[in-house]
Amino acid sequence: MSAEAALIGVILVPLLGALAVVLAGSRPNLREAMSLGAGVVLLALVVRLLPRVLSGDWPATVLAEPIPGLALAFSAEPLGVLFGLIASFLWIVTTVYSIGYMRGHGEAHQTRFYAFFAIAMGCTMGVAFADNLFTLFVFYELLTLSTYPLVTHAGTREARQGGRTYLGILMATSMGFLLLAVVWTWQLTGNVRFTSGGILAGAASPLVIGILFALYVFGIGKAALMPFHRWLPAAMVAPTPVSALLHAVAVVKAGVFAILKITVYIFGLDLLRDTGVTDWLLWIAAVTILVASVIALRQDNLKARLAYSTISQLSYIVMGALLVNSTALVGSTLHLATHAFGKITLFFCAGAILVASHKTKVSQLDGLGRQMPWTMGAFFLASLSIVGLPPMGGMWSKWYLALGAIDAGYAVLVGVLMVSTLLNIAYLIPVPIRAFVGKADAGGEIQIREAPIACLLAMGVTVAGCVALFFNPTWIVQLARQFVE
Amino acid sequence: MDLLGLYNYWIVILLMMMGFYVVIASGHLVKKLIGLNLFQASVFILYISMGTVEGGAAPILRSGVGVFSNPLPHVLILTAIVVGVATTALGLALVVRIKEAYGSAEEEDIHRQDDSL
Amino acid sequence: MIREHLPVLQVVLPLVAAPLCLLLMRSVWAWLLAFIVSLAALVISIVLLREVYAGEVLSYAIGGWAAPWGIEYRVDAVNAFILIIVTAISVVALMFAKTSVAQEVAGDKQGLFYTAWLLCLTGLLGIAVTGDAFNLFVFLEISSLSSYVLIGLGQDRRALTASFQYLVMGTIGATFILIGIGLLYMVTGTLNMMDLAARLAVLGDSRTVQTALAFLTVGIGLKLALFPLHLWLPNAYTYAPSAVTVFLAATATKVAVYMLLRFLFQVFDASFTFGAMPLGGFLAVLAAVGILSTSTVSIFQDNIKRMLAYSSVAQVGYMVLGISLVSSAGLTAALLHLFNHALMKGTLFLALGCVAYRLGSVRLGAIAGLGQRMPWTMAAFLVGALSLIGIPLTAGFVSKWYLILAAVERGWWPLVVVVIAGSLLAIIYVWRVVEMAYLRPPPEKLSVTEAPLSLLVPTWLLAGANVYFGVDTQFSVGMARQAAALLTGSSG
Repeated sequence: MSAEAALIGVILVPLLGALAVVLAGSRPNLREAMSLGAGVVLLALVVRLLPRVLSGDWPATVLAEPIPGLALAFSAEPLGVLFGLIASFLWIVTTVYSIGYMRGHGEAHQTRFYAFFAIAMGCTMGVAFADNLFTLFVFYELLTLSTYPLVTHAGTREARQGGRTYLGILMATSMGFLLLAVVWTWQLTGNVRFTSGGILAGAASPLVIGILFALYVFGIGKAALMPFHRWLPAAMVAPTPVSALLHAVAVVKAGVFAILKITVYIFGLDLLRDTGVTDWLLWIAAVTILVASVIALRQDNLKARLAYSTISQLSYIVMGALLVNSTALVGSTLHLATHAFGKITLFFCAGAILVASHKTKVSQLDGLGRQMPWTMGAFFLASLSIVGLPPMGGMWSKWYLALGAIDAGYAVLVGVLMVSTLLNIAYLIPVPIRAFVGKADAGGEIQIREAPIACLLAMGVTVAGCVALFFNPTWIVQLARQFVE
Repeated sequence: MDLLGLYNYWIVILLMMMGFYVVIASGHLVKKLIGLNLFQASVFILYISMGTVEGGAAPILRSGVGVFSNPLPHVLILTAIVVGVATTALGLALVVRIKEAYGSAEEEDIHRQDDSL
Repeated sequence: MIREHLPVLQVVLPLVAAPLCLLLMRSVWAWLLAFIVSLAALVISIVLLREVYAGEVLSYAIGGWAAPWGIEYRVDAVNAFILIIVTAISVVALMFAKTSVAQEVAGDKQGLFYTAWLLCLTGLLGIAVTGDAFNLFVFLEISSLSSYVLIGLGQDRRALTASFQYLVMGTIGATFILIGIGLLYMVTGTLNMMDLAARLAVLGDSRTVQTALAFLTVGIGLKLALFPLHLWLPNAYTYAPSAVTVFLAATATKVAVYMLLRFLFQVFDASFTFGAMPLGGFLAVLAAVGILSTSTVSIFQDNIKRMLAYSSVAQVGYMVLGISLVSSAGLTAALLHLFNHALMKGTLFLALGCVAYRLGSVRLGAIAGLGQRMPWTMAAFLVGALSLIGIPLTAGFVSKWYLILAAVERGWWPLVVVVIAGSLLAIIYVWRVVEMAYLRPPPEKLSVTEAPLSLLVPTWLLAGANVYFGVDTQFSVGMARQAAALLTGSSG
């Protein structure tokens, strides 16, 4: 199979997977097998693209041309392949986890769940391999829509409310700012293709470049830059696998991924450096990092705490993009990967706790480490990765980001990273400590057992991923360097 | 002076405003239709006025007459009159049905029963 | 042979068939005749479109009397596009009508119903095809009178008052148009539109011409339901029979937009309408206020049909907004939206027709849980709703793209904001319905089933078209561009 065909396959396989899931709806085992199968095929296809990209070649293909001049086109470039690789790999892991979670938790409408999950993955792939802004926008919007039924899965009042916030903020930002920015870019340049070095140089005045850049950064609401971050905590009403894969990896990373890609391929680093339009946005990213961490500190609900942590971590990546130098961008790219593995593990743990003990609050977890040692152990290790301590992969991304900040002459931002690291410790580490050291409530509760085996398996894989990223980050750095240069 | 010279246009405007006023101000649906008719009639006069040629005779072929009024506006307005008649007929039919359904043709009464108008 | 008579057959065919419908008192036969005639009209319009696609203009002299003295029928890219929309929607709506009308309209009135339908079709097609200003007025009244009848046949007694209200306002609008045409005749002595354009260009500005423009704009504005002249529309759409709402919502206002385009850009010169007269800014402000206010009003409607009716007024605002930009990009956007809006509103009203057929109500509270009970109907509604919001890969997105592009090109930022705000408001009012249908449990005792196939097929035809024309825009964008070029070209 040629790389071009693989590119189309990457989009189609999850969608066909969704169809297969619906058709196999009445037989749960077959249905989940379909879901897993689609994941495996997808991963194989993405891996198939990797060597071509590493060799410096960018295969591209056009699917259709809905509007004259604006094609639905896909191409594999280093950052996209990396994102596609992370998302498709973690999809398989999450599917395994989901089997344990959804059955263990007795969720209704599981067919719908798996089907929309697969569609959302297809849209994520569309974002990852978009060859131009138009394609990116199309799949960005479809991703929002396809995840809406997952967010509102429970169908309760709370879910409806969360769904409204989710859809409202994501749609308002994308339609209000992002679409306008894309149309404007098209109007200025007559071109929306992602091109090395950018396409906007010389097309507009620095003022317009500045406005456009701000429109992109805020228009991509999925990156959860303040003040457009409220949708992410709202999305936590979804079942935990959704929070884990979509709202720690696929959806949010699609946001920051889009910002990185637009920074490099639409504006180009030189243009942004020369015009200096990113300066004030840097401070917004810095504020988001700190404020979200402080809010996370005050959340008792575990998933909400993790959500705010994600908001803060996403701004690391945005900050890396805004620093506009190659070291910082390598840091951002690395963080895309390391945060994905770390945060998905944390969500897996939160879900496992919910399934096993029906507990959702941090304050209820005292003593739980004795009943759920594996889960809480995984939580501890993943926390270390988020904090950025060896031997976990999270260390490298912070390292490169800090170097990038110094390169750009923003020593203050190194300070921000430091403070944020302390805050990470303050809101994450107490969770396992309480679980292992704290005393369980007296009252002889019903015996709590360790989470389902499928869940533990998934956690094991992702924790291993965190460790592997510490020992072998070079291939990602290599991809990142290719992306930047 | 000049203003009075075009007196037929003043009649048009007067009729039009009267018709308009009746449509807006009266509450009875039949009266509204009468207003509408007045309104349309004003336009008929407008068309007929503009067909006139000073000193022209009625546009009938006769020996010894050289200057005719323009017959086309008359023909046009004949069509418009037919349309007006059809509109009035349909309007009245609707009023009958409304009277049957609501027991009244007064706007206020209808409003009281269904606040939709 | 027959080919050269197509422009007139387009109108004469439904006109002749209408009284035949009356003679075929049996409702099924009347329906069949109406359907076949509509289908034939669609075929004719397709043939016509193919002939003028390359930019040619067909001119047909009625009765052999040459223009400008005789009545001329003129088909070019602009009205061929309109003809396709009107006939296609008529076919789809009639497919739907058979089952729906059988339930909503009394048996002995169904023959009359289809008679009025065909007359309405005649009128709408006539407006589009004629090149004679007075003839346009006559067709306008034919379509208006028959649509008053069609609306008045609604089940609810409020249909009668809605129809009456529309009759009063519609007659005032038509009379204004008549005055405008009369004044134009007064200064030029001709009624042929092309001839009018040529003579007006020579005559130049005068107070009579200005007054004519004013009367025509207000008169067409009334038929168009341009804010704030839209007051007749919500009631008319809400209480009309389902099939009629589909037909009128997707065609009547479109034809009015066409009239506006013809007069503003061709009969008058664009440099006069938008240069010497400040019509551009005037229309832009009305459109902007209309979009924002009626979209907001939509949010508070309990009756979904009424909500969509208000939304229609807002969507008309988009088209007028495109016109007011006075650029070929703006006109392309307006014409494109004209086409796409027919698709999306058609789909939405058809889906609502299915709901009304099963539930007898289209109130928001009544449709709780309908996503499970009538999955196909609500899925079609969802497609229409997404298109209305302007989600990528639906027709609505394409027109929004062009609209924003046109506004950005002119640098009219406030209008960009209005377009975006309008679609955000659309999300709110549409999503209330989606949420109600999908995220609320159905009431216990509710035992509705999916709508019959005869209703679902036309609904999905249009829903499919929404997706198709969102992915393949060669026809819609191509036609809109052609038409826009024609309109701006003739104005220099």
